[in-house]
Amino acid sequence: MSVLIYAESWEGKFKKATFEAVSYGARVAASMGTNAIAVTIGDAEDASILGKYGASKTIHVGGVSTFNNAAYASIINQVAANQDANTIIVAATNNGKMIAPFLAVQAEAALITNAIALPSSTAPLTVLRSAFSSKGLVKYQSNADKNVICIVPNAIGVATIEADGTAEESSVSADASLKAIAPEKVERVSGKIALPEAELVVSAGRGMKAPENWNIIQELADLLGAATACSKPVSDIGWRPHSEHVGQTGIQINPNLYIAIGISGAIQHLAGVSASKTIVVVNSDPEAPFFKAADYGIVGDAFEVVPKLTAAIKAFKANN
Amino acid sequence: MKILVCISHVPDTTSKINFADNNTAFDTAGVQFVINPYDEFGLTRALWIKEKQGGTVTVANVGTNVTDPTLRKALAIGADDAIRIDAEPTDAFFVAKQIAALVEENGYDLVICGQESIDYNGGQVPGLVAALLNWPFASPCTGLELDGTNATITREIDGGKEISKATLPIVIGGKKGLVEEKDLRIPNMRGIMTARTKPLLVRPAVDAEKRTTAVEYSKPEPKAAVKLIDKDNVEELVKLLHEEAKVI
Ligand SMILES: Cc1cc2nc3c(=O)[nH]c(=O)nc-3n(C[C@H](O)[C@H](O)[C@H](O)COP(=O)(O)OP(=O)(O)OC[C@H]3O[C@@H](n4cnc5c(N)ncnc54)[C@H](O)[C@@H]3O)c2cc1C
Ligand SMILES: Nc1ncnc2c1ncn2[C@@H]1O[C@H](COP(=O)(O)O)[C@@H](O)[C@H]1O
Repeated sequence: MSVLIYAESWEGKFKKATFEAVSYGARVAASMGTNAIAVTIGDAEDASILGKYGASKTIHVGGVSTFNNAAYASIINQVAANQDANTIIVAATNNGKMIAPFLAVQAEAALITNAIALPSSTAPLTVLRSAFSSKGLVKYQSNADKNVICIVPNAIGVATIEADGTAEESSVSADASLKAIAPEKVERVSGKIALPEAELVVSAGRGMKAPENWNIIQELADLLGAATACSKPVSDIGWRPHSEHVGQTGIQINPNLYIAIGISGAIQHLAGVSASKTIVVVNSDPEAPFFKAADYGIVGDAFEVVPKLTAAIKAFKANN
Repeated sequence: MKILVCISHVPDTTSKINFADNNTAFDTAGVQFVINPYDEFGLTRALWIKEKQGGTVTVANVGTNVTDPTLRKALAIGADDAIRIDAEPTDAFFVAKQIAALVEENGYDLVICGQESIDYNGGQVPGLVAALLNWPFASPCTGLELDGTNATITREIDGGKEISKATLPIVIGGKKGLVEEKDLRIPNMRGIMTARTKPLLVRPAVDAEKRTTAVEYSKPEPKAAVKLIDKDNVEELVKLLHEEAKVI
């Protein structure tokens, strides 16, 4: 028996969410008294580095270039069968979320998505997951012998160990009868930090008054190495791209730090960001509901407070 | 062109969430239910496809009779007919099996789902349906253009977007971008009147396993009270973020 982790890479590099998934898988394997094995598909850096996160072995499957969720699932399942793995861990990235249901159907496994904690029991597998847009938590129990767990990035954290992993090539190939969409073009928003995996996020709302005022938001984000986000109305009126819209009907995020500037804190906005570990709110209205969900707050005009905050962080960075 | 739009029936976005029966069930008392917001984008897109290329738009839900008003609303927005598969939708695999069986029986060309239901946030049903049918799948889908049976699909990837091609049939998990917020159709008086006479067919569920069980519900720990920092002392905030929160 073993636990298999899908180690996703992007342009040949493992994603941070992958290190997290491997650490998670290693801990699940330990609680089952078995090994964690990682599988990576397509271009990948030196696969043995996953040893540091607890993979005893990483299997590389080459010969695949573009993303194909059905083919990837077929490859992962064949590796799982070869390694006698009944538990498969996938990070809930946009691609991971497309692979996971195909894994479950092909392997006749139960699928538990949105997992935010290690299993509280491994037989039957019982996992805590987030639900109701972070307003609730539900413990799910699997009724199947095989399981696929899809974990929320940044919810569990990365753990490193002092160990070496080995790397191995495998030549399994996907079942050719499986159908999938055929990617033709990828448009990467270059140089920017992807919101779903960002550890730090600077977000702004209608309080910014106009799109040309976003320079102070961008400046703060750049200084922190943070991703930028926005409230729904701001993306609806086109001040910011849809890809930045966070909330119940946008992207749900849980960064270590979420700075909300000129956002009132409506329930639908909070639903997408309340799982953030630390929340800072800057709002001119002391009655803004967001303050109730914040760890730290500054009552003040964003146009005055944000440049000051940027300057203070600059000074802090210079001294640290 | 036969389009199936899968509708999940979820608490309104402003709902307070509570649990019942000793934290083993979601408490629906006093909760207003709506069409899952992601499904609304898909429904409007389906109507646009029908208006351009002809065809029918069927809406389907796996649920008990409490979901009928939600299906009627979808009919009022413009769907031609509705099908309710009469069962408690407690497990995504079970739900997906029902939808896949319906698709096989009725032969749809396109299945439009939302990227996830805003209640349990599973994001499972569309992918499971696609895998069960062995159809191409795309999610989260922010653009779908059809030219006959050739589809051009835009989906979000981490930090960008991917444009793909596929030939129908396909399954998508959609969201805003399929149509814009301002384009969302809402029921008008005529729609509401005609919805009353449109067919809402109820059919029994097919046999399918439930691979998961929700065993216990809880709420996240409430936050401690906010620490307010004077706007003329932002250095204090930076210090707290470094020393206390340890995030910078
Ligand atoms: C079905 C549905 C789904 C929704 N989904 C989402 C979602 O996913 N995400 C989302 O964000 N919203 C969502 N909403 C909308 C939500 O209800 C709010 O309308 C929205 O979040 C408000 O955005 P805002 O805070 O930017 O704007 P406003 O509510 O207008 O708030 C602006 C804030 O800026 C403050 N302000 C003004 N000037 C300044 C200044 N100079 N300095 C500092 N502060 C200032 C004001 O005090 C105010 O608090 C949804 C709504 C519905 C009905
Ligand atoms: N009970 C259901 N009946 C019909 N469609 C559903 C049901 N549950 C989920 N769906 C569809 O699947 C999508 C994703 O739901 P979920 O997998 O539950 O997060 C929804 O947006 C719907 O389109």
